[in-house]
Amino acid sequence: MNLIVARLIAQRLALGLLLLFAVSILIFVGTMMLPGDVAQAILGQSATDQAVANLRAELGLNDPAWMRYLDWLGGILTGDLGTSLSNGQSIADSLLGRAGNTFFLAFWTALIAVPMAILLGLLAVRYQNRWPDRVISGATLTTISLPDFFIGYLLIYFVAVKLGWFPSVSTVYDGMPFVERMRAIALPAFTLTLIILAHMMRMTRAAILNVMQSAYIETAELKGLGGLKIIWRHAFPNSVAPVINVVMINLAFLVVGVVVIEVIFVYPGMGQYLIDHVAKRDVPVVQACGLIFATVYIGLNLIADVVSILSNPRLRHPK
Amino acid sequence: MSNELNFLTEQARRGRLSRRDFLGRAMALGMALPFASSVFAEAVSGTPIKGGLLKAGMQGGSSTDSLDPASWTSQVQFMFGKSWGECLTNVAPNGDLVPRLAEEVSSSADAKTWTFKLRQGVLFHNGQEMTAADVVATLERHSDEASESGALGIMRGLADIRTNGKYEVVVTTTEANADLPYLFSDYHLMIQPNGGKDAPDAGIGTGPYKVTEFEPGVRHSAERFEDYWNLDEWGHAAEIEITVINDPTARMAALQSGQVHMINRVEPRVVDMVKRLANIEVHNVSGPAHYCFPMHCDTAPFSNNDLRMALKLAMNREDMVERILRGYGSVGNDFPINGAYPLAPTDIPQREFDPDQARFLYERSGHSGPVVLRTSDVAFPGAVDAAQLYQQTCAQAGINLEIVRSPGDGYWSDVWNKEPFCASYWSGRPTQDQMYSTGYVSGADWNDTRFFNEQFDQLAVQARGELDQGKRALMYHDMAMILRDEGGLLLPMFNDYIEAHNNQVQGWVDHPQFEMMSGFALSRCWLSA
Repeated sequence: MNLIVARLIAQRLALGLLLLFAVSILIFVGTMMLPGDVAQAILGQSATDQAVANLRAELGLNDPAWMRYLDWLGGILTGDLGTSLSNGQSIADSLLGRAGNTFFLAFWTALIAVPMAILLGLLAVRYQNRWPDRVISGATLTTISLPDFFIGYLLIYFVAVKLGWFPSVSTVYDGMPFVERMRAIALPAFTLTLIILAHMMRMTRAAILNVMQSAYIETAELKGLGGLKIIWRHAFPNSVAPVINVVMINLAFLVVGVVVIEVIFVYPGMGQYLIDHVAKRDVPVVQACGLIFATVYIGLNLIADVVSILSNPRLRHPK
Repeated sequence: MSNELNFLTEQARRGRLSRRDFLGRAMALGMALPFASSVFAEAVSGTPIKGGLLKAGMQGGSSTDSLDPASWTSQVQFMFGKSWGECLTNVAPNGDLVPRLAEEVSSSADAKTWTFKLRQGVLFHNGQEMTAADVVATLERHSDEASESGALGIMRGLADIRTNGKYEVVVTTTEANADLPYLFSDYHLMIQPNGGKDAPDAGIGTGPYKVTEFEPGVRHSAERFEDYWNLDEWGHAAEIEITVINDPTARMAALQSGQVHMINRVEPRVVDMVKRLANIEVHNVSGPAHYCFPMHCDTAPFSNNDLRMALKLAMNREDMVERILRGYGSVGNDFPINGAYPLAPTDIPQREFDPDQARFLYERSGHSGPVVLRTSDVAFPGAVDAAQLYQQTCAQAGINLEIVRSPGDGYWSDVWNKEPFCASYWSGRPTQDQMYSTGYVSGADWNDTRFFNEQFDQLAVQARGELDQGKRALMYHDMAMILRDEGGLLLPMFNDYIEAHNNQVQGWVDHPQFEMMSGFALSRCWLSA
């Protein structure tokens, strides 16, 4: 059994690496296709031709594209992300801080949102088509139907401006006390929770309801087991696979897709960092960010696959 | 003081009463002139209070920013820069030149040799004394053809820069330039130790604040430099901080909830609502910044002056100011100068919307088919709407205007200064000469209207070297007339800077040159007790 599982996992890993390589080429080609010129974009509207020409030469933009790509790939493999074209800072240093912030926010949001979504899903199944189910479904569907920036603005207006409970500007920095930091991320974390809750909760509810039709659930009911116990002990373990997939997609979203929330709450995460550098055609930084995003996305989906495999007895105990 | 006088004082403090109005009304209440005058001065400036953390939330920062003054293009960069660095000269809110690191400026009679006498005993944040060698090195660094400095364009006319003793710098120019001391107030030309040749982005200057944190595009903070040479007038807050908040709604929320004390770029559509808030003051300051539509005078069909004039007459300027700027601006007259400039011409007739005359000239130009105008959201806020409004008024004159909307990415490299007719903006320059010589003389770096006019060029050179202000003003008047009637610039509106602060902030003085008191808001304002 272990051998088969190990082989499956190895296969997934290899596929993931291949995907990453393909993604790096895609990002590179994509940045090449952007309109405009790096040097011009860095120097802005008021750049002189001479300054643009000087900068182009200094940045090595006159080398062919494939050479620059190979240089960069070599650097990555030896752990060197290079320096930013636009402000000359080391990419590894500045990106590390930004990535740390992104993961910090994602971690605390996930810690609240995932257990809450699953719990609400279980409750919705237990009280299916009765008022708790309707309230949970209605509320979560409302929050997912509203655009994320709108929820953010509503919270800023009521919680930050009117009540003054939490700050509307979530700037965090090195050396900020932990409690301050938690206060700063309260509003963005809450907004993100509202956004991702519905998706995970609906999937939990649907997956469990699917299993609830099975004969063995009927047996458990006839045995006289309580409603929640049947759901938790017998139905939920058999519906983990689809739920874990949705959870992982949402976790990936928390890392790679929250740029709007970052802008609204002025949170110094990776999304804003990436956008700034796309605007300046800062290819090395865009590539580095893209690669990190791709790694997170592929990695989380890998975990989802592995957990699904492990949770499926037919895969764990092949004939 | 009576209640009415208290009210007047408060109005004056908020900048809603001019000195003249205040004195007039105060005297009507029976106050003697000298006393009224001093009450006004106190109400406007008050006694600065030292200490506290003064915070600004600003649009215009990016994670790609650097502390190297040569690379600065946006307001967050130069606002922070003007807190830690200093130039040789400053421009006062009334347009006068005031000394800063240079104590005295004098020129030879032909305005070609300029002597800058430096203030003695000024220290850099690293403890070194600022000397003539640092100034020369700074000017050299920015005038090097291989530099990427944003000030390279204005440094081209310098023939020689040298020290004369430890505290004197002598600059000679290739041709006469009466405006040279104004050019040295450019924010790129912050004096750095050894001109920043060793470490351009070290953030070490002679300014009232020392850099403590620099996180590009996120947060910049600084603390007072206790050895600063003029702590009476500058550097009141103990610490300052700029948070980059690019989203306008988030910026306003941060101001309302008290997380920052001042913000820039308030959106015109919310100004009326914000003015109703008790603890917030909004300032709209008319400056030299403008929104415009440059046409290339050397490209058909815009090479025909009748067509250019038809397009200028088909613009409803009042409507533009009303709808695009929501009233926070003033109409333009097809030359890039307004009252924010010293020696601005005042008696030039305003060009009005005249569809009949436009139709006549358009038909006389013999052009047929659509006229293509390129626009984009990044050209200026509301540029796409402005183009559509303009399309309507062009239609009234029988001109078929075709709008091509270009993506914001790459607009400044692929469309502006490349396509013959597009939407654009200028933030203005400190002097008329600088504005004309960067954008409108034949050899200008950014001659975005491809305007080549010998008479105009000659006037520009003459005016630059003329030390008699009366004669100079006449020349500028003639230049404005030439550009207005023959040039390729369609300039419908000058946009105001709109900024706001809460009532803890004291000492605010509107500055027409640039936003946020020309970038000095953090180093000149203080927090009320």
